[in-house]
Amino acid sequence: MDLLEYQGKILFGKHGLAVSDGKAVTTVEEALAAAEEVGYPVMVKAQVLIGGRGKAGGVKFAPDHEAATEHANNILGLDIKGHVTRTVWIEHASDIETEYYASVLLDRSEKRPLVMFSTEGGIDIEEVAEKTPERLIKHHVDPLIGLTKEDAIRVATDGGADADVIEGVAEALVSLYNVWIEEDATLAEINPLIITPDREVKALDAKVTLDGNADFRHPEREGLGDTANADPIEVKAKEQGVVYIKLDGNIGILGNGAGLVMSTLDVVAQHGGKPANFLDAGGGSDAAKVKQAVELILSNPDVKAVLFNIFGGITRCDEVANGLVAAFEDLKPSVPFVVRLDGTNDIKGREILEAAALPNVHAAKTMDEAAAMVAELANKES
Amino acid sequence: MSILVNKDTRLAVAGITGREGSFHTLNNRAYGTNVVGGINPKKAGENVEGIPVFANWADTVAETQANTAMIFVPPPFAAASALEAAQAGVEVVIIITEGIPAHDELKLYNQVKRDHPNTRIIGPNCPGILSPGEANVGIIPASFFKPGNVGVVSRSGTLTYQIGNELAQKGFGNSSIVGIGGDPVPGSSFVDIIELFEQDEQTELIVMSGEIGGSAEEEAAEYVKHHVSKPVVGYIAGFTAPEGKQMGHAGAIVSGSAGTAKAKAEALEAAGIRVGRTPTQTAEIAMELIGAPA
Repeated sequence: MDLLEYQGKILFGKHGLAVSDGKAVTTVEEALAAAEEVGYPVMVKAQVLIGGRGKAGGVKFAPDHEAATEHANNILGLDIKGHVTRTVWIEHASDIETEYYASVLLDRSEKRPLVMFSTEGGIDIEEVAEKTPERLIKHHVDPLIGLTKEDAIRVATDGGADADVIEGVAEALVSLYNVWIEEDATLAEINPLIITPDREVKALDAKVTLDGNADFRHPEREGLGDTANADPIEVKAKEQGVVYIKLDGNIGILGNGAGLVMSTLDVVAQHGGKPANFLDAGGGSDAAKVKQAVELILSNPDVKAVLFNIFGGITRCDEVANGLVAAFEDLKPSVPFVVRLDGTNDIKGREILEAAALPNVHAAKTMDEAAAMVAELANKES
Repeated sequence: MSILVNKDTRLAVAGITGREGSFHTLNNRAYGTNVVGGINPKKAGENVEGIPVFANWADTVAETQANTAMIFVPPPFAAASALEAAQAGVEVVIIITEGIPAHDELKLYNQVKRDHPNTRIIGPNCPGILSPGEANVGIIPASFFKPGNVGVVSRSGTLTYQIGNELAQKGFGNSSIVGIGGDPVPGSSFVDIIELFEQDEQTELIVMSGEIGGSAEEEAAEYVKHHVSKPVVGYIAGFTAPEGKQMGHAGAIVSGSAGTAKAKAEALEAAGIRVGRTPTQTAEIAMELIGAPA
């Protein structure tokens, strides 16, 4: 789960990283009250999970009440590449002398945490990595030991941090590593990590990704992320324990197993179809779960045809067929379905579908054939 | 021959008394796998259909000489159980559990590597390993597969069945089918398993099925280019996956420009590995490379 900037900053603060005083608000009135509280000049920052906020007019400096009113008015409701701003973060504006970069992430290749630091802050770090890789210091951490203060001092020194702030930068790196470890993050990034004129080291931005698999030991996470911009079908699916991801096309897809569903989307696209969603009904789906999944798929009004691609392992094809029959009884879908059932109890499953003689349901023998059929049906319907 | 699990496998299962754990353990036994024990600290002394239950891994190994572990316990406890199995000297630890925190996997991987270098972890979040005709450890539906000369290694369960089935329809059987799992820090990577297939006499062709996220496929491409003499066929899922979305598997995510299906397929092809665009085409390439099985 990706956190909004202010949510990340709150976590930073909890682990001893310096951040500006600020407040997350949702109305202009609240924004002005928050500005009074933290003291002018303030920054008004759109809280959305997309890069390029500044260029889109979502980050503004407000020296006084009048400017704050104008900016809060403009930014609240601002659409930034499809993400509508519902929350702004008001923080006391910082004086910036120097901009650094710091991050901790999971290096999947090395299977170790990776601490990165650069004095080239405030710009896209991928650009730094590409053009001036020598300016980006990478330090792998032994997760059984952790990042020591000595390691951090070496990273800051090797990275070329100003001599008088090496201690402060090192402390920030250790704190950032603690955020990463204790909050079960897969990414904790500060860009820029600023040095103020009085040589304070401070996080001006925060980019944090939390590992959803660790939710069970972090009850405090409830409600984090950009809930305002979450897709309602995705939210409902999550409540039901189903992985659903909304896509741009018009073919509803249901499969069992993440890899098979990804592959199904690809094969449908190769046949000229446009998937409307990813839906992994999971292993061992029973009839009730299948029915729920059909309901989710059909709640997207763009869907013009639906593909069931099942290769039963733990999942039994007869259960899937029963679920589909139940879904048809209740939901009476108006769009065509293509169903491919293979694997455990496939013959029984096909028999159930044949006996039910559902309207506008087409059986396919292979995954390829199913994808071609559904693409054609969807293109005809639209 | 085969790799990792075979006639000499002595399997013990953590979480054997759970609904899923008992179901699949008994399935594995019915297939012919030698299941010697199970673990549940609260039910030590009991048995599951004749399989003795012990309090911990040390007791299990002492009493049964188990050499293979299957972990079915819930996510909060799975990594600890896997480590305990390694500490007890189990050589192959297969973690089926889905939903283990990435940091737990990270610590497990590094600790096993440092302290128990003779233990190999497979998974987490994987379907296990099937060596047709010899042993099945995990949840792979064995009835679709027969012994043969194709080794399969995959990050996904059901996609493995799909590709395996396409191969089976062309008459191919398998030496072993290994699910390495869809999580960000797998205990074994493509490279580890491909290395074993390269050494395995029975395996004449290797099929690797990858997906978006991370760089394990790129590393495998590099490895195959320099160290593998057997033909390798690749498949990559997730060409249509949007950036920044976790596609079901915790590890299946495109971050910025990293981890895309396109980059992976290109890396494999640059290393001389042919990549199927569909599971069907993957099987067809296998057929072209080693011909129809006798």
